[in-house]
This record gives sequence, C-alpha cells and structure tokens, in this order.
Amino acid sequence: MRRLLPPLTGLTMLAALAIVFLVVPTEADMGIVQRIFYFHVASAWVAFLGFFLVAGASAVYLWNGSPTADRLAYAAGEVGVLFCTLVLVTGPIWARPIWGVWWTWDPRLTMTVVLWAIYASYLMLRGFGGDDPALARYAAVLGIVGVLDIPLIVVSVRLLRGIHPAVINRTDGGTGLVDPWMRIGLLVSALALILLAAWFMDLRVRGARLEEEVAALRRELDARRGEVA
Amino acid sequence: MRDALVILAKDLRIEWRTREGLSSVLVLGVLLVVVLTIAQDPSPETAPTLAPGVLWAAFVLTGMLGVQRAFVLERENDCLAGLLTAPLDPAAIYAGKLASNVVLLGVTQAVVVPLTGLFLHLDLVPRLPALLLVCLLGNVGFASLATLFGALAIRVRAREIMLPLLLLPLLVPLLIGAVQATCAVLVGGLAAASSGLGVLAAFDVIFAVAGWLLFAYVVRD
Repeated sequence: MRRLLPPLTGLTMLAALAIVFLVVPTEADMGIVQRIFYFHVASAWVAFLGFFLVAGASAVYLWNGSPTADRLAYAAGEVGVLFCTLVLVTGPIWARPIWGVWWTWDPRLTMTVVLWAIYASYLMLRGFGGDDPALARYAAVLGIVGVLDIPLIVVSVRLLRGIHPAVINRTDGGTGLVDPWMRIGLLVSALALILLAAWFMDLRVRGARLEEEVAALRRELDARRGEVA
Repeated sequence: MRDALVILAKDLRIEWRTREGLSSVLVLGVLLVVVLTIAQDPSPETAPTLAPGVLWAAFVLTGMLGVQRAFVLERENDCLAGLLTAPLDPAAIYAGKLASNVVLLGVTQAVVVPLTGLFLHLDLVPRLPALLLVCLLGNVGFASLATLFGALAIRVRAREIMLPLLLLPLLVPLLIGAVQATCAVLVGGLAAASSGLGVLAAFDVIFAVAGWLLFAYVVRD
C-alpha cells in the first residue's frame, strides 16, 4: 500500500489535470480563470482534513501517549498549513480578475487566514519551542484548542459582510456546477490532493521516527565514547 | 472549589502588596487607547465609531502582558513547582488563576472603558449595564484561554513571543464577537447585540471547560 502511494498519486494528479484542462467546459461568466476552482476547493478540503487530523491525533496522544499519534499530529499540521497556504494563494489569483481585488475581509477569507495563523503558530511552537520532551504534550493541547475554535470562528465571521460564492450548497437550490464534468473534475482533483497529502504525511511520520532513532543512537554513542575515555 | 478560592486569595494578596502588576497594566491600557486612537487620527464625527475596535485591541494587548507577568511571577523562585507539589487538583489551580486574572483585567477595564468613552466622545452612562455584560463576557473568555496558554508559554523556549503567537489567532472569534456586541450596544442596546453576545458566551463556556480539562496536561511533569 505504501509503495503504491506515489505512483497512484501521480496518476490521479495527471487525470485531474487532464480533466480540468482538457475535458471540463470553460465557465460561461468567468472564463478560463474559473479552472483554478478545482484545485482551490480541493486544497481547502485537504487543509480542513489536516486540521481535524491534528486534533484527533492530539487527543489520542494525550490519552495514551502514543509517539505515532504525536508524529501524525505534527505531519498533519504541516500538511494542513501547506494546503491552507495553497488555498490562500489560488484564491487571490481568481479574485483579482473576478472581484477586482486580491483580498477582501469576507467571512470565508477571514476564516481561512485565521485558521492558517492558528496552525502556523502550532508549527512555530513545535519548531521553536525548544527540545523539552513535554513539548509534544503542549502542542497536543494547542491542537485540540485549535479545533474547538473552528466552530466559533465559523459563527463569528458570519457577523462580517460576505461576497464569497457558495458553489456546492447554494441557497437558491441546485449547484453552481452545471456540467457533470465539473463535478467529476473537482472530485478527481480532491482525490489527487488527498493522496498527495497522505504520501507527504507518511514520509514525515517515518522521517520523524528515523530522526528519533538517530538521536537515540547518537546519545548511546556519546555514552560509549565516555566509557572508553 | 475551596482550593481555587485559596489560590485566588493568594494571587490577590501578592498583587495587593506590590500593586506592581496592576499599575503597570493600567498605565499600559491607557497608553494603548491613546496610541491606537492617535494612529487613526479621528475627526470628532468618526471618533465614536472607533471606540469598540480601540477598546478591544487595547484590552487584548494589555491582557496578554498582564497574564504573562502573572506567570513570570510564579516562575521566579519556582513558585509554580511549589504550587504543583501541594495536594491540589490542577483544575483548581486553573480555576483560581482564571479568577485572579479576571479580577485583574476587570479592574483594568473599569479604568480603560470610561476613559475611552471620554476620549472618543461617547455617552456611556445610559448603556452601562449592557456594556458591563459585554466586558465581563469578553474578560472571562479572554482569561480562559490566556490562563491556559500563559501557563504553557512560560514553559517553552522563546516564551515572550510564543504567548501572543499562540493566543492572538485563537482570540479572533472573541474579538469579532466583542467588537460587534459593543457596537450594537452603543447604537441600539442589548437586544441588537444578541449575536455578538452569543459568540462571546459560547467562547467563554467552551474554553473555560477546555482549559479546566486540559490544564493538567500543561503543568504536569
């Protein structure tokens, strides 16, 4: 399964690119720039999955202290911030020609940038918090508090003024994705990005375990050197 | 519960003996209101509309430093370690610390809010009960998170920068709710502020409970 992940990711990615750029019809009002939507929305889904995975793995870590859960939380945080960054990059590229501005304080935009900041600070804590072994526990607390904040952010940003299009669940009924290929394109690109995220996380989790093994071996080596001297 | 009250009494006694934290936080709060107002260079007509933003930005920034200072005090001479060896439930320590932070920040608000009204031409007196409710809810919500993360940040490297870094993004819903509720209260009274107050109340409950449950994981050794 692990061996299959990279080629599977590559094939799905190629399929997503082919569907989005060759098959899906150009959107009538917005034109070519609308095609970024398939990666923008799919990245947002993956980012959210990553953030919830941080909270889930953090809760498991606090419950049973499993080092794998801790490594998974860290990797999910990295992947979540990466894809959230992609959302924040692809969004303005679309917004500039459509809204006329790169950025606006719409509820969804505000929510995304706040979530990005929360999990960026999670990575800061893990990266620069020192080498105290308790740091994993502190990070887990932050991972859980962060996900508790999400519903509050969602509700509070609605108090701001909004212009972001709601494509999937429209209040006027039906979906904004009129052509069936549009829906297929979105789903295939979401699948490709989920596979990519899984591959990244697998690499990071295994990398973290190797780093810990190296650190343990180095300590042992230093101890033995001390004995010889 | 009784343990929490003991912690609260201890913190207030320490504070009362020097009054160092309270006075520095008070002066900082006033200073921030002045600086944030000057930075926007308001005309007499636009001044009242700035009040909610200035008020809550000043509150969050002073509060962060006030809470951080409270934990720096505990760190000196290893007071926190002493506190943890005492036969106390960490949740009780959290509750006591939360209460003492709420009191400290409440005193700050009692000075900074009227002063903001004065500086920005607002007649606060008829709005006082509603405003009091908004301030209290904002205070408790802020202190719930700040107490948890104050205890956390003091234990990691780069602690001065870590507390604002961790706390500010998490406080965004509180800030939006408090500013919207304050705006609504100043314009239309309590009924108009219901959605902002709802956000604040939910924030308070969620993070007071989360802090109470998670505090043990932060201070345990």
